[in-house]
Amino acid sequence: MSAYKEITWNGIWKQNSILAQLLGLCPLLAVSTNLVNAVSLGLATILVMMLSNFAISALRALIPYEIRIPVFILIIAALVTVVDLAFDAFLHDLYLVLGIFIPLIVTNCIVLARVEAFAAKNGLRASTLDGLMMGVGFVWVIALLGAVREFVGQGTIFSGIEMIFPSLSGIQVLPADYPGFLVAILPPGAFFVLGLLIAGRNWLDARANQRLREKRLHDQPPTATPATA
Amino acid sequence: MSEPIEIARRESSVLRISVRTAAIMLAFTVVFTAMMAGTYKATEPLVAASALAEKLRLIGEVLPPSYYDNDLMADAITLAPHKLLGLDDDTRLWRARKNGEAVALVLEAAARDGYSGRISLILAVGTDGRLLALRVTSHKETPGLGDYIDPKKDRNKSRPWITQFNSLGFDTVPRDKWRVKKDGGKFDQMAGATISARAVTNASGRALAWATENRDKLFGLAANGRFEDQGVKP
Repeated sequence: MSAYKEITWNGIWKQNSILAQLLGLCPLLAVSTNLVNAVSLGLATILVMMLSNFAISALRALIPYEIRIPVFILIIAALVTVVDLAFDAFLHDLYLVLGIFIPLIVTNCIVLARVEAFAAKNGLRASTLDGLMMGVGFVWVIALLGAVREFVGQGTIFSGIEMIFPSLSGIQVLPADYPGFLVAILPPGAFFVLGLLIAGRNWLDARANQRLREKRLHDQPPTATPATA
Repeated sequence: MSEPIEIARRESSVLRISVRTAAIMLAFTVVFTAMMAGTYKATEPLVAASALAEKLRLIGEVLPPSYYDNDLMADAITLAPHKLLGLDDDTRLWRARKNGEAVALVLEAAARDGYSGRISLILAVGTDGRLLALRVTSHKETPGLGDYIDPKKDRNKSRPWITQFNSLGFDTVPRDKWRVKKDGGKFDQMAGATISARAVTNASGRALAWATENRDKLFGLAANGRFEDQGVKP
């Protein structure tokens, strides 16, 4: 596997920020009450992760090892502030929807984790790709979490999309008289669904490993085992 | 003989490294603070303009521009923090007039008894004592449950919950019926999320009563004046 392919696979599945590393749970659980909010936060997170990985990879030769963490935090906080202000000024309509999520990104420890674990040691292109792919890994999990919570909690999908695309509207999946399932929308529901997602990932990984083992056993010549025993 | 020199040299190099590291930290802080300050300065006029546009949009939702012909932003007064209206800070109160005649007051109010935190409202009260319209400007009610008080989140798009207050006054809905149905009043609430509806309904009733009662005093004040009267209520 080439280096870039490995970065992509790590971000999306193997070292997925949520399912494998369990980082960034605070914004994840708070914002995933519906699909539209979840994806909005996810996209803003991708932008910040790419920018911070790029900036720190570019400046890594100038940052002394002893004070790297405060410098990283300074740079991330400054970038988030600049993104926040720029959105407010130049993309105001989008800011009205995403605005409340952007400052939340500072609380997402996955940003600092990738900067420290990857961008501080790798080149510009690899670091930016790592930021992008870790962000993509965050987005698909938070989107799935948001979709499940929204569907179970209020029987809709894409509700609130009209705030981003005024021509679209949310879809009522379950009958309109669906009473809703409050627990799914409240914080405990986020933990339940996240727990199920992690269990699902572990199950898939275990199954893949099992298959790999069976394949190896199958491929080996049957005489090899008795000989060693 | 060489040992003291060695220690001195080591001490001086420790000192040098510390100073150097501190200088680098300082340089990073200065550069990135300057970057934030520069962005803030560069975007400030744009941000202020969109904040004003947002306020005008909200005012336009509760009071259509065809109702008045004066410069609403100029004909405003400051309202001191007001307990009855649930306001902790100074707020602006706008006075709409047409051909010099008082038409309506646009004011902010807040409910402190929402399901989670305060619910901020903006409302227009006509000089005939009618509540022209009401909007929620910010709230933290449960998404998908209590957030129907905001028409953008209300699933009933053709007739959002908040519009049932439009054009009502105490002449059509008596003061003691200005409550949600669950409390024996006139206004609907959604099952399972009564607290949000009750908070908005009660706050709008208080604000309507206050604005009607103080109407003449509020219109009489000079533009950019300050209204301090807390109106002691029993």
